[in-house]
Amino acid sequence: MIRFTHVYKEYPRSGLALKNVSFQIQKGEFAFLTGPSGAGKSTVLRLIHMADEPTDGEVRVLGLSSQTIRRRQIPELRRRVGMVFQDFRLLRDRTAADNIAFCLEVTSTRRSQIWPRVQRLLADVGLAAKAGAYPDELSGGEQQRVGIARALANNPVVLLADEPTGNLDERAARGVVELIRSIHATGMSVVMATHDLDLARRYPQYRVIALDEGALVSDTAQPETVRRDGV
Amino acid sequence: MGYSIREALAAFRRAPGLAALSAASIGFSLFVFGIFALAAYNVRLTLRQAEERVEIVAYLVDDLDAGQLEVLQNEVRAFPEVTEIRFVSKFEAMRNAVRDLPEFRDVFTDLDVNPLPASLEVRLRPEYRDPESVARVAERIALYPFVEEARYGQDWVEKLDRLRRIAGAVASILGTAFALVAVIIIGTTIRIAVFARRDEIAIMQLVGAADGLIRRPFLLEGLLTGLAGGLLALGLSFLAYLAVDRSLIHIAWLPRTWVAAQVAAGAVLGWLSSGAAVRRHLRAL
Repeated sequence: MIRFTHVYKEYPRSGLALKNVSFQIQKGEFAFLTGPSGAGKSTVLRLIHMADEPTDGEVRVLGLSSQTIRRRQIPELRRRVGMVFQDFRLLRDRTAADNIAFCLEVTSTRRSQIWPRVQRLLADVGLAAKAGAYPDELSGGEQQRVGIARALANNPVVLLADEPTGNLDERAARGVVELIRSIHATGMSVVMATHDLDLARRYPQYRVIALDEGALVSDTAQPETVRRDGV
Repeated sequence: MGYSIREALAAFRRAPGLAALSAASIGFSLFVFGIFALAAYNVRLTLRQAEERVEIVAYLVDDLDAGQLEVLQNEVRAFPEVTEIRFVSKFEAMRNAVRDLPEFRDVFTDLDVNPLPASLEVRLRPEYRDPESVARVAERIALYPFVEEARYGQDWVEKLDRLRRIAGAVASILGTAFALVAVIIIGTTIRIAVFARRDEIAIMQLVGAADGLIRRPFLLEGLLTGLAGGLLALGLSFLAYLAVDRSLIHIAWLPRTWVAAQVAAGAVLGWLSSGAAVRRHLRAL
């Protein structure tokens, strides 16, 4: 489903963000991507989302390769790969429901299907009563739930979460993680980046891929094969 | 398309202040251009009216018979530069002189013989009213044996031509400068308006909206903002025209094509600027 093969990513200003990273994530898997700040977690997620191209190596997502994908194929891929961010990235001038509806509208969903789907998504994330609230009227946890509902709007098969609990208090964070776990339980693959190792340790049943300074340093799915140089 | 129209209109509702400011900036930059166009058009009109008076008068010999006159008229009428000819008989020339110079009326009526020659007034097409063409045609007419002299007011034609050239050069330079200023102001205004909504563009890309679908509402919004600016400029230009026409000097209002061009320029520039600004953001992710 997702495969990194000897991936390098170098940014002109900040230098090498990923060094020879290789791993594979299967359908229905839940993987934590851990590591300190600057380890390359967000870069991995951006590469999966095809928001960046690897400098070397290949990223393959849902059968599409970073080496051959065309620009016009990227929107289609992103509809199948939902993404959640630490800073929620909601439009402040639209209500919770409008934020989700917006996502459906711009991906050419039929108008008659938009509002029933928005209501169901809000109910799924426990915010049916807050449909008309603007982001500034919602707590951090609630805003993140709207972000998750938006990420699920187009029925993706993979959910990427970039530090989704980073801006939340412990209680809200636990609620968001439980929500993501329940989404995973429906069969969706989840890749969740977090610098919080304790969070990953709380769920030993899930895979943990650890990065440090751009290199893959450990992978619970392949404990014996990973060294610090990622080979 | 329905989505694009809804979103474009919704953008005006969500940020009416920014939309009004953008339209006003575009309107005022095009208004400056409109004022220039009004001045340039009226100068052009005045020069054209002066050019209408450019004509060659061929004075004919007294013993010209009707056959020769017909040959002359037919041949001169066939010149590519000539648009109209008029024969003025000796009698008509005298009547005109009596009418135009009343102080000499007694002198004219006391004469036994009419000393004024018959003539042929030759008017040229607008594109042949420059000194070289006028002189060329006058020389050709003067070659006819029954033409005594062909006159056209050489000095006046040359001055008029110089004035026309100066006006054309000034109009080109100022017009280009004003147009560039308008393009820069409109481009910057729209760019700021799009920049204010960069988050929206980024989110659309993140959730999988196609580039064309992202671009369309912004293009439409740019077009409508530009159109509003163009209409505002038109209104302001018309008010300026009324003010000048009623209180300073009678001037002509712009022709319909110029008016349409002013409004269309706003819409097209808004559309193009918006496209360029959105493209920049689309490339960023």
